[in-house]
Amino acid sequence: MSAEMLATPIDTTPVDCKPVIANPAGKIKNPIVSAKDLKVFYEDKQALFNINLDFEANKVTSLIGPSGCGKTTFLKCINRMNDLVDICRVEGNVTIAGQDIYHNNVDAVALRAHVGMVFQKPNPFPKSIFENVAYGMRIHSLTNSRSELADRVEQSLRRAALWDEVSDRLDQPGTSLSGGQQQRLCIARTIAVEPKIILMDEPASALDPIATAKIEELIDELSTNYTIIIVTHSMQQAARISQYTAFFHMGELVEHGLTKTIFTNPKNERTQNYITGRIG
Amino acid sequence: MNRNFLAPSPNLARRHRAETAFKWFGRISIFLAVGFLVLMLAIIANMGLGTIRQTNIALEVDLQQSEFDSTNLASADFEGLIKSALRQNFPQVSSRSQKRQLYNLLSIEAPFTLKDFVLENPETIGTRISLWFIASDDVDMYFKGNIAVSPAGNVGRLSKEALEWVKYFEQNNAVKTFFNSRFFLAGDSREPELAGIFSALAGTALSLAVCLIISFLIGILSAIYLEEFVAKNRWSDFVEINISNLAAVPAIVFGLLGLTIFINVFGMPRSSPLVGGLVLALMTLPTIIIAARAALRSVPHSIRHAALGIGATPIQTVFHHVVPLAMPAMLTGAIIGMARALGETAPLLMIGMVAFIVDAPDSILAPATALPVQIFLWADSPERAFIEKASAAIIVLVIFLIVMNLAAILLRQKMQKKF
Repeated sequence: MSAEMLATPIDTTPVDCKPVIANPAGKIKNPIVSAKDLKVFYEDKQALFNINLDFEANKVTSLIGPSGCGKTTFLKCINRMNDLVDICRVEGNVTIAGQDIYHNNVDAVALRAHVGMVFQKPNPFPKSIFENVAYGMRIHSLTNSRSELADRVEQSLRRAALWDEVSDRLDQPGTSLSGGQQQRLCIARTIAVEPKIILMDEPASALDPIATAKIEELIDELSTNYTIIIVTHSMQQAARISQYTAFFHMGELVEHGLTKTIFTNPKNERTQNYITGRIG
Repeated sequence: MNRNFLAPSPNLARRHRAETAFKWFGRISIFLAVGFLVLMLAIIANMGLGTIRQTNIALEVDLQQSEFDSTNLASADFEGLIKSALRQNFPQVSSRSQKRQLYNLLSIEAPFTLKDFVLENPETIGTRISLWFIASDDVDMYFKGNIAVSPAGNVGRLSKEALEWVKYFEQNNAVKTFFNSRFFLAGDSREPELAGIFSALAGTALSLAVCLIISFLIGILSAIYLEEFVAKNRWSDFVEINISNLAAVPAIVFGLLGLTIFINVFGMPRSSPLVGGLVLALMTLPTIIIAARAALRSVPHSIRHAALGIGATPIQTVFHHVVPLAMPAMLTGAIIGMARALGETAPLLMIGMVAFIVDAPDSILAPATALPVQIFLWADSPERAFIEKASAAIIVLVIFLIVMNLAAILLRQKMQKKF
């Protein structure tokens, strides 16, 4: 994506009488992910209204907002998991590194290898810990030998801060781990296929505070190598781990900016109300 | 209010009574169901277990040298030898009808038993030997007490006189029961004492093999396609309703379909396990598809999302993750479908697997019959001994059914994975 295009101010005129808040795109010089006029419909019901949102590479962006506001729907647009929902229809476009991922010649399967996803509920495969991490590399033929595969499984588990806890029981089922360990295993599985972007859908919501702290620490470490987009219900979590925050409400992007700014000096009244707990 | 609010009210007492009544209804229904099951098994066992032993009669046979041609031992008149041996025991027998009755004490297999013995032991020629011969079914039934003595003194087809001869053998310790291996190793026969279930079992095994291969492959693959790949729309609803309807179609209709399509249109051989298996497969398919779809549905979506989320194709997702998890339940469904096919008679009658088959089929194209059809044929016969055979065959069938259902339960328990 060229710099001129980004420099162009984004149209902020209200659509359908709904206030659409300006995306402060100027702040992000070189977005890796960029949504333009993104609309999502479930049959006749519109779930997302003209979302314009950019994401900076190697940063953590939190998507916050009350339940049903469309933040998970937006997240799933980035790796086209919405394709799996028969009644879902996406308009507008999403570009990753300048490439429109909804273009006809884009293969959603290839896309998902580059845009990993971690889900709300830990969902390891009912296979061994080793196989959980190795599976993605196997299907994408990323390794040439058994030893290379084992090395990369170890490397992925180390990066997911899980290696020390599981190194002596790689052959045990992934489902035998604790919830927090399972979620880190899922992160290891995701980073094993070397994605550029990791989407996380409330990854810590099913975990206790200690496991949550570990996941947050991990997200912080991973952000040096990956662009992370995380949906969270916890505003404290968003404040702790993300550099950017986007506030969604009723299918609209209300405000987007530096996390510090959003939490200390929100421009929009609705953001203010949500952050102070008056809507939710 | 000083009324004790925890004390039972009339209303509460009525609600408790309703619960007690329901529990008793439940107990009575279960008692009735189990009671009739036990009764049925007891009756069948009582009627059929006797088949395990077969009455034999020892007879001394004089193998006179003059009867045998040393170059061709097999050409000797073994039947004549047996007959004269019987007559030697009862010299008073003279009339034609008496002789016929005497000869009927032994099975028509007796001359062959003697022939086999002589061919194996040619050195015994010229001596007197004592050999056990299979008794006829009438004698067998008399010793098993399956037929009551009539006022005229005869037992079934055994006349009063013949009964005396049988008692003579018994007094001389010349009557004994042996394990009836024929029942498991021989095919059908016109003579009850010689009939066995082997050819029927072989026909059943071949038919079920064809049925399993066809219905399991087609059933599992259609279930996977319908459940994992087809978009839910009016067309898929239509297919779903039709599969459910197909599961409720009477089996004989599938037999008619098999007769029309496989035999008349495609010209496949009549009475063959191939056609039998295909017809049973048609009948089993809906059961397997429905069970397999339920199994696939029970696999949580999070597993599919996990695989798709790291870039697995839908087919990789299904075959690497979903199908292995659904497999125990799919196999259970298949085994239960097979168990139903095992006991099916009506469609096989339609396609001609009701023939009198002595030899076990050597291929899926050879004429064959099946175990339930064999039971039907025997139960239809007038001889009391065939009723015993039919009951014994039912026991074998029930044992197979129990084994298959147990296998299904064990499989489900053993292979079930937590997710």
